[in-house]
Amino acid sequence: MLSSATKLGTKSSQRNNMGVSMFKNALLLSAGLVAVMGATPAYAQTEITWWHAMSAELGEKLEEVAQGFNESQTEYKVTPVFKGTYPETLNAAISAFRANEQPAIVQVYEVGTGTMMAAQGAVYPVHQLMTDKGEPWEPSAFLQPVVGYYSDTEGNILSMPFNSSTPIFYYNKDVFEKAGLDPEVAPKTWAEVEEFSRKIVDSGAAKCGLTTAWITWIHTENMSALHDQPFGTLENGFGGAASELTFNNEAVVKHWGNLKKWADEGLFQYGGPVGGNDSQPKFVAQECAMFMNSSAGRAGVIRNAVDFEVGFAPLPYYDDLIDEPKNSIIGGATLWVLNGKSDEVYSGVAKFFTYLSQPEVQADWHQFTGYLPITTAAYELGQEQGYYAENPGSDIAIEQIMRGTPTANSKGVRFGNLTQVRDAVDAEFEAMLAGQKTAQEALDSAVERGNQILRDFEANNS
Amino acid sequence: MQSKRTIFPNKLLPYALLAPQLIITIIFFLWPAAQAVRSSFEREDPFGFRTTFIWFQNYTRLFADPGYLRAASNTAVFAVGVTILSMGVALLLAVAVNRLLRSGKFYTTLLVWPYAVAPIVAGILWWFMFNPTIGIVPYLLDAFGYRWNHRVNGNDAMILVIIAASWKQISYNFLFFVAGLQSVPKSLIEAAAIDGAGPFKRFWTIVFPLLSPTTFFLMIVNINYAMFDTFGIIDGTTAGGPAGATNTLVYKVYADGFVGLNIGSSAAQSVLLMLIVIALTVVQFRWVERRVQY
Repeated sequence: MLSSATKLGTKSSQRNNMGVSMFKNALLLSAGLVAVMGATPAYAQTEITWWHAMSAELGEKLEEVAQGFNESQTEYKVTPVFKGTYPETLNAAISAFRANEQPAIVQVYEVGTGTMMAAQGAVYPVHQLMTDKGEPWEPSAFLQPVVGYYSDTEGNILSMPFNSSTPIFYYNKDVFEKAGLDPEVAPKTWAEVEEFSRKIVDSGAAKCGLTTAWITWIHTENMSALHDQPFGTLENGFGGAASELTFNNEAVVKHWGNLKKWADEGLFQYGGPVGGNDSQPKFVAQECAMFMNSSAGRAGVIRNAVDFEVGFAPLPYYDDLIDEPKNSIIGGATLWVLNGKSDEVYSGVAKFFTYLSQPEVQADWHQFTGYLPITTAAYELGQEQGYYAENPGSDIAIEQIMRGTPTANSKGVRFGNLTQVRDAVDAEFEAMLAGQKTAQEALDSAVERGNQILRDFEANNS
Repeated sequence: MQSKRTIFPNKLLPYALLAPQLIITIIFFLWPAAQAVRSSFEREDPFGFRTTFIWFQNYTRLFADPGYLRAASNTAVFAVGVTILSMGVALLLAVAVNRLLRSGKFYTTLLVWPYAVAPIVAGILWWFMFNPTIGIVPYLLDAFGYRWNHRVNGNDAMILVIIAASWKQISYNFLFFVAGLQSVPKSLIEAAAIDGAGPFKRFWTIVFPLLSPTTFFLMIVNINYAMFDTFGIIDGTTAGGPAGATNTLVYKVYADGFVGLNIGSSAAQSVLLMLIVIALTVVQFRWVERRVQY
C-alpha cells in the first residue's frame, strides 16, 4: 500500500516542484541582485546547459565538441549533461520545462519532432534565434533532406540539425565467402536477401541470414518511403495534426509477411522492440550474416566485429514494386532551444550553433560517428580529405538519402506522439511473429491503434 | 484489567506530537493522490499548456481498451505466480536452514544478499542470463530441445519476469520464515515426535499452522510487492513485451505516463490501482485473516 502511494506521489510531483522552484528562483534572484549591486563588473562566463542522449563513445565525442567551443572563446561555457536514452531525455526536458528548470538546449530525436513543433510556447525556433542574434544563417548551406524534415510549412528551420542518420545494410563478408557467395556483392533486392539467407543457412556458414534493429523505423517507415508508398495522409503528417496513418500499404504488408515467413524458416531473427538491442550482438557474434541498422551504428559495428570483415550496402528493395527505390528517410536528432532563459544565454547558444555549423567541426563529428554530414560544405570537405575513398562504405548513407527526387512519401514521417505509435507498431509486429495475427491483420490494427493516438494528439493541440 | 491512566491536561500536546507524521502524510501522500484524481479527469498536452476537463473519458477509454484488460489479467497471473514461487522457495530454504545448528547463520547471510540488489540491476541480470542470443539459460535449454525466446513467446516472457521478481523477494520472505520457525515451541514438536508423528506430519500439523500469522503477513506483502513494486524488474527484462504479454497495471502507468506522456490516462490508471489496493486490503483482512491463528 505504501508503495502505491509512493507511485502516486511521484506521478504528480512535477506539479509540486512548481511552487518549490518559484521559491528557489526568488531566492536566486535576490542573491543575484545582491551580487550585482555589490560587485564591480567582475568577469563571468555565461553557462549554457545542453541536455543530450549520447552515451559511450558518442557521448565522449559530444563532450569534445562542447570543449572545442569553450576553448574557442571566453564569454560562454557550454555544459553537456547526459540524460539517458532519447525518450528519457525528451521526457526529462518536458518535466523540467513544467518545473521551470529547463536547459537552454536539448537534443530531441526525430520521433519527438512532431511533439516539439506543436509546443510552440516552449520552443525558441532556431531560425528566429539566429536572426535575432545577428549570427550568419544560411538555410541552403544545409543538406536538403536533413533540414527539410525540421522545417515548418513556410520552410523555416525550427531546430538545429546535429546528428542525423539513415539506416543502411551491413553484412559479414567472411560468412558470405564460406557460403559460396561473392563477398563483394551485397544483395540488392529482398528476393536476393532471401536467396542469400537460404544459402548461408543451408551451407551452415551461419545460423541465420538476417537480423535487424528498428522494425518501426527501418521496416515500416523507410520501407514505405523507399517504395514511394504513403505512411500517412497529409504528406506523411507534414501537413498538420489531422493526418491519418496508412502504413498498412502494399509494400509493408508484403514485407512483414516475408519477415514472418523467414522467421519461421530460421532465415530471420528478431532482435527486440524499439532499437532492437539483441540484433547487433547476433550480427557481431556471427550468428546472423546480415544486419540492418542506423548509419550511426557503423563505428560500433566495426569496433565489435573483430573476427570478420564487414561490408556496407544500401537498403534492399522489392524490384517487383518499384524499379528505382526512392531516397531513405532521416533518423537521429536535432538541438532544440527552449524558452525561458536570459538574453545572454541565447546569445551564447547562437554563437555555439555557428560554431557547430563550421565544416571542420561537422566533418569531424560525421566521420567519427557515422552520422550524416549536416552541411554541403562538410560533405565536400570530407571528399577533399579523401575520407570516403579511404573508408569504403562511409558514404553509402549520404548517397542513399540524397538519391533521386524526394516525393511526398519519401520526405520523412512527422507525427505527434510518434513514440507511442511506434510502441503500438512494435507490439503488433510481435503479435504477428507469435502467430496471433497475419501481417495484414497486425498492420491494420497497428494503424487503428496509431490513429487513436494521433486523434488524442490532435485534440490536445487544437 | 485495570491499570493506572496517565492524564495529560494539555489539549494541544497530542496534536503537536502527531503533527510531524500528519504533515508528512498530507504533503507526500494525500496531496499527490488528490492531484492524481484531478489529473485523471483531464486531458493535457505534455508541456502543460492546455488542459481540458473531460469527465470520465480517460476511464471509459481504459475499459474499452483491450490492452488495459490484458494488463489486468497479466497482473493477476504475475502476482499469483510471484507470491507462490517466492514464498514456496523461501519456506523450503527456511525449513532447511532451521535444521542446521551451526552453519545456519552463514546460509542466512548468503540468502539475504539478493534483497540488497537494486530492482533494475536484478532485471538486467536475468535479462542477461536468459538472453536468447548470448544467455546461458537458452543455451542449456536448447540441449533439451526447448527453443527459449522471450522476445517472441509471451509465455516465456511471463515465466522470466516471474522468476526475476521472485528471486529478489525470496530473501525477504526467507528472513521472516526463519524468525517464525524459531518461535515455534520445540516442546510441541518433541511431543509430536514422541507420539510417533514423522517429519512431514509434524510440519503440516504443528509448524505450518503456527506459522500462519507470518504466512498471512507475507502473503499481503508479496501480493503488494508483485502488483506495485516490480516496475524496475519488468523494465529491465522485457519492458512489458512481447506484444504486451508482460505489461502489468503498474508498468502501464509508467509506460503511458512517462514514456507516452499521456498524463490523464496514466493518472486514471493510478487512481484505479489505488482502488484495487484498498479493495485487496479489505478482502485480505476481512476474509483471510479470520483463518489465521495467532
